[in-house]
Amino acid sequence: MDIKFMHAEATDAEKSAVDAVLGAPDSGWDGGDHSRADDRIARLGHDARSRRDELLPALHGLQDRIGWISEGGLNYICRRLTIPPAEAYGVATFYALLSVQERPPIVVHVCDDTACRAAGVMEIIEDLESIAGASGNADGDSMWLTSPCLGQCDKGSAAFIQSAGAPNRVIAPSPATDIVSALAGEIPSTAPSLGAPQAGSAGLQLLRRVGVVDPWDLEDYRFHGGYAALRMAVHMGPAAVLREIKDAEVRGRGGAAFPAGIKWQGAASHPSRTKYIVCNADESETGTFKDRVLMEGDPYAVIEAMTIAGYAVGAEKGYLYIRGEYPVAEELLANAITKARAKGLLGSDVLGSGFAFDVEIRRGAGAYICGEETALFNSIEGYRGEPRSKPPFPTDVGLFGEPTVVNNVETLANVPLILMGGGPGFAASGTGGSNGTKLFCLAGAVEKPGVYEVPFGTTIRELLDLAGGVRGELHAILVGGAAGRFLPISRLDTPLTFEHLRDIKGTLGSGAIMVFNTEADMGAAVRRVAAFFRDESCGQCVPCRVGTVRQEEALARMEAGSDERAVLDDLAMVLRDASICGLGQLAAEAVQSAFELGVLES
Amino acid sequence: MTTFDTTTWTRIEPPARKVKVSIDGEDVIVTEGATVLDACRQAGVDTPTLCYGDTLTPVNACRVCVVEVEGSRALVPACSREAEGGMEISTDSNRVRKSRQLVLELLGSSVNLKLAGMKHWMDRYDADAGRFGPPGEPAGAGERDQAQPGHHHDVDGATAATVTEPPRIDNALYMRDYAKCILCYKCVEACGEDAQNTFAIAVAGRGFEARISTEFAVELPDSACVFCGNCIGVCPTGALMPMTEWTMRQAGTWNEEEQTITRTVCSFCGVGCNLELHVQDNKVVKATSPEDHSVTSGHLCIKGRFGWEHIQSVDD
Ligand SMILES: Cc1cc2nc3c(=O)[nH]c(=O)nc-3n(C[C@H](O)[C@H](O)[C@H](O)COP(=O)(O)O)c2cc1C
Ligand code: SF4
Ligand code: SF4
Ligand code: SF4
Ligand code: FES
Ligand code: FES
Repeated sequence: MDIKFMHAEATDAEKSAVDAVLGAPDSGWDGGDHSRADDRIARLGHDARSRRDELLPALHGLQDRIGWISEGGLNYICRRLTIPPAEAYGVATFYALLSVQERPPIVVHVCDDTACRAAGVMEIIEDLESIAGASGNADGDSMWLTSPCLGQCDKGSAAFIQSAGAPNRVIAPSPATDIVSALAGEIPSTAPSLGAPQAGSAGLQLLRRVGVVDPWDLEDYRFHGGYAALRMAVHMGPAAVLREIKDAEVRGRGGAAFPAGIKWQGAASHPSRTKYIVCNADESETGTFKDRVLMEGDPYAVIEAMTIAGYAVGAEKGYLYIRGEYPVAEELLANAITKARAKGLLGSDVLGSGFAFDVEIRRGAGAYICGEETALFNSIEGYRGEPRSKPPFPTDVGLFGEPTVVNNVETLANVPLILMGGGPGFAASGTGGSNGTKLFCLAGAVEKPGVYEVPFGTTIRELLDLAGGVRGELHAILVGGAAGRFLPISRLDTPLTFEHLRDIKGTLGSGAIMVFNTEADMGAAVRRVAAFFRDESCGQCVPCRVGTVRQEEALARMEAGSDERAVLDDLAMVLRDASICGLGQLAAEAVQSAFELGVLES
Repeated sequence: MTTFDTTTWTRIEPPARKVKVSIDGEDVIVTEGATVLDACRQAGVDTPTLCYGDTLTPVNACRVCVVEVEGSRALVPACSREAEGGMEISTDSNRVRKSRQLVLELLGSSVNLKLAGMKHWMDRYDADAGRFGPPGEPAGAGERDQAQPGHHHDVDGATAATVTEPPRIDNALYMRDYAKCILCYKCVEACGEDAQNTFAIAVAGRGFEARISTEFAVELPDSACVFCGNCIGVCPTGALMPMTEWTMRQAGTWNEEEQTITRTVCSFCGVGCNLELHVQDNKVVKATSPEDHSVTSGHLCIKGRFGWEHIQSVDD
């Protein structure tokens, strides 16, 4: 490939930001200083191209340090990694947290998404507008933008701060005054609270260590039972581990509810020598923050579970793809990986068993679609986060074209529990279709929002009681996030299991439960969901790229009194039937269920 | 093993296994590895396609070719789904007709399909591109290049958003009218791995603001473009067009019915690319290459595609 680069040159600051990620260049061939030796040896070709997957980390390097991605900066990355500039530009313009236009050094992303709306965030936004002016105004040293859900919904408001040259931060809750201080450069150093009201109570499984263990400390993790499961796994052998997971009949917690054992078996029995484990920590579904609680409260457990998965499947490398808006969790996980590696719990000889496994963290950059497993692969590989068509499925052709197990954080968090208690025991603890416990994210109009762990089969009413009851008078419940459905409030006694929800045309989805009281503006809430899908569509296929726009437009016309049901029903049909991936396929579900249940009538 | 018959230079494949599928109730036997679209063609069932090209890797993005496969939750794209033994395929069920209708309406309401050859399909499926309201304001020059992923302006629904923007004319050889772009990825594939290996253009942005772009939307002469015109050759909607054709269309003098096509061999080098010279009023107005030609697969270089002006420059 003979690549034509741009003429723009990177500044020294830009070069060092990129080099900090990629290491120093080897020669003039990959962007370094030109020496006489370079005239005799060419060092491009396959070696350089094989680093394509470092594109997104390098883009992050520029964005974090410089605050935006200039022509010179992008050109330098392209030279370093042998990537055509047009392609790198296509990748950089895909992500909401990256900017190819010059921006003020401080950018504050303020959540105006559905769960925070149900908790009253629009008042904060109105205050903010009156003090700091409209969103998107890039004059001055800082600007603010609206943002989709930031995974802090239990606080009812949240802001994510990008500050050039300083670490990214989150403030939640985020009263207007705090946002204004952040815009003025006073970046808070304290992290938001965890959001697990049950922490420390007896009888918890997934949350047993959350709020109890020191999340930085490997020894404390071990003291609380950590790494016993990996030790046991290595003792049992891969086939036995696999059998336990299959016997447990544990379904995926990332939304699709696919049995994890079948997935693991598929990858394990694939003849390819290279396999991957991917932990999906992209958690960008509106109203969902359970994976954040697990990662912030018990980070070692996620790494241990990935290691067990690698052992069972025969993978030597795991990737943990975490959304860019979770800086606290990312830091904790990076710490856990370093410490585990130092103690031989990761690396070339895990627990002295001869098994090699390591984990690399990859950070997303503001794209809900990258939680879709195949879009996630493309994102890691350095391409635009567009879903691939399935089949082939990831267990055959996954990350870098190799068999891959992708699991959600919560699914993985079950793995050590299953090994310690035995697969059949785990299976017996459920309803048959839904085994084990489940994390639910309660947000909106409840007294004590947060992540709650309950056994499958708990009713919605019981869950609402656990969360201190509804604030005000209950009007509607949206289960499963933006991709979920409203549930009839006459069915509060429905047990929360995959199968019971399917029976009433609902879905557990990601476990998000958004509660709206009679004061909520339901029209605005539904329009926000529609806007979310329009914003987050990757744009690849027509039904979703254009259909989500038409859906938002039709809802706006409906607000003005026009009857749009026929158009909306047709859009729902083509979205569901003809979209490539789950984003488009589910983009009309919340809207349709709102009509079916009369949620929009007050 | 593949061998070549050197008298005709056709590839002789070993006998392939066959699979039987049913299309609208009729059994069809196709070679293993064939797509549902191949099976449909074999059965004589006409299928609309836009993003599919015989010489390109399918991206199955437009979704106009969807069919219903028994047992599959969603519809499947005929152009890229492999035919499997026992598949029961419906190409004209209510669901298929409805989805194709909607896909055409969504495209027709957002993109200028005048030259996309979809008219008879729009008629067949009763597609009404106007049902979402009058088209919104066109974007200004370069405005779509500035879109921020994940953000869009508030909508009131009074008009239907479109991708309309002024044509981009930045060189003497060809122009880009992205108001006609359905984002089929064909030009990107032709410029990249499927033919040209130049990678001058890619998809940039996200969602409705996704677009074909050079790096930082620089003009073509500043980009990596080598003006082979292979992107023009594969564009199904007329969004990419040689300047000669564009100029004549603007002047109202382009008349395809009057044109004859003469097949010849490009005289610039020894590769042997076949050319089709499109001639109107005894003047060459465009050069293309046949898609099924074994040397070019329809692709050319700058000389073959654009280097014919000298033929007719004698008396001008
Ligand atoms: C648009 C979209 C977004 C998704 N986001 C996530 C996510 O953030 N986290 C996640 O675990 N799964 C997400 N998924 C589901 C994944 O594709 C995949 O099914 C899941 O990670 C598999 O893990 P599990 O089997 O453990 O649930 C998403 C799917 C779609 C279609
Ligand atoms: S359904 Fe939407 S998000 Fe999924 S591939 Fe199509 S355009 Fe992209
Ligand atoms: S003319 Fe050739 S090089 Fe230029 S964009 Fe088109 S395909 Fe790429
Ligand atoms: S310019 Fe033409 S070939 Fe390229 S994506 Fe648009 S419609 Fe397809
Ligand atoms: S953080 Fe605001 S909706 Fe989740
Ligand atoms: S032709 Fe099949 S999806 Fe476009």
